[in-house]
Amino acid sequence: MIRIDIEKTLKTYGGKTALKITRMTAAGSVTKIYGPSGSGKTTFLKCIAGLANPDSGTIVVNDEAWFDSALHINLPPQQRRVGFVFQDYALFPNMTARQHLEYATKDEAWINRLLQMGKLETLSTHKPDHLSGGQQQRLAILRALAIKPKLLLMDEPFSALDAEMKTALIDDLKALFIELQTTVLIVSHNRHELDEFTGEEMLIS
Amino acid sequence: MTDLSPIWLTLQLAGLTTLLLLIVGLPLAWWLSRGRSVFKTIIEALITMPLVLPPSVLGFYLLIAFSPQHGVGKWLSQTFNIQFVFSFQGLVLASFIYSMPFMVGPVKSALQQLPSSLAQASYTLGKTKWQTLFNVLLPNIKPSILTAAVLTFAHTLGEFGVVLMIGGNIPGVTRVASIAVYDSVERMDYASANTYSFILFAITFVMVISVFMFNKYQAKSPLE
Repeated sequence: MIRIDIEKTLKTYGGKTALKITRMTAAGSVTKIYGPSGSGKTTFLKCIAGLANPDSGTIVVNDEAWFDSALHINLPPQQRRVGFVFQDYALFPNMTARQHLEYATKDEAWINRLLQMGKLETLSTHKPDHLSGGQQQRLAILRALAIKPKLLLMDEPFSALDAEMKTALIDDLKALFIELQTTVLIVSHNRHELDEFTGEEMLIS
Repeated sequence: MTDLSPIWLTLQLAGLTTLLLLIVGLPLAWWLSRGRSVFKTIIEALITMPLVLPPSVLGFYLLIAFSPQHGVGKWLSQTFNIQFVFSFQGLVLASFIYSMPFMVGPVKSALQQLPSSLAQASYTLGKTKWQTLFNVLLPNIKPSILTAAVLTFAHTLGEFGVVLMIGGNIPGVTRVASIAVYDSVERMDYASANTYSFILFAITFVMVISVFMFNKYQAKSPLE
């Protein structure tokens, strides 16, 4: 169970706006998050991952407080071990596809399985510069999964994939989420992009 | 026959200074690149001072600070039997301070230009800040590190005022090439001055050309 009750002031071009979110999410569920650009979807994910700090509130995951402004608790991202798929992929230009996964885990069998799932086996020695946009996005997803996270946060994870590849990948991901018992929060600006996932919806506006 | 020991001494000084600044300057540049504070601004200003300060001023303060008759210099001399004035280690110390902005500046600038999401992605994989620095950040700014190292080396080769102030002109100990050029001209020995000058010119030219070529291969501006 994930309990989130946070507030954060966002700086926008028009001034400041308040991001207020109160949410309970069941373990192993998929939550689809929508909202217009600049509404704070990415900031919300980063607050959960420990990459941004809420101004106040609490984030409790499986009864462990990750953030509590009143008790001055704020676990660093290294201790939260959240899988995070960045909107800009955040791939490491100096590493090949395989090295990205080896940086995250030493489990060779798991790495091979992920590469197979992402259809990147033949491209495992390629660096991001030599991968297409869709291949880069798949690698970003695989890297986040490499640590077998109990909580996976995905920021616009399918925007660069063609329909066929997206459907195949989502089928594999759904099976993997059940296998790993992963709780997933997916952000998208396109409401219909996540129709293939069943789960709760959340609007940030 | 021209005595080439000043050239050898200069290369030793430049090599050692560059090595020490790689060890200290890279983490320092990384620290400066992360966020702002008044303390960091003051430290950065101090590091940048040698760029705008006359070398003789810096040399003078180092001479006073490390003189065996005063404060720190006296303490170092009495406690550890280390003397920085008119010694090779004094030249290394002066060069370290004098060339620091050439190492820290380009590296800090390159680190700031990397997307913050690179380090964040590494943190979410459980990696520490140091692991992230050495495995993700520094490997992705190699051209800038090379540029900084070459600038540091080349700048140390050309030092004159600061090394003259703290090191003097002791053959085989503190008489580096730039001082040997000046000394040769003073003695009207233009042939030796020309030899030292030509060797310094050739070394620095080859180094700068190499950086330009390497960075062109890396599709980056050499001054980035």
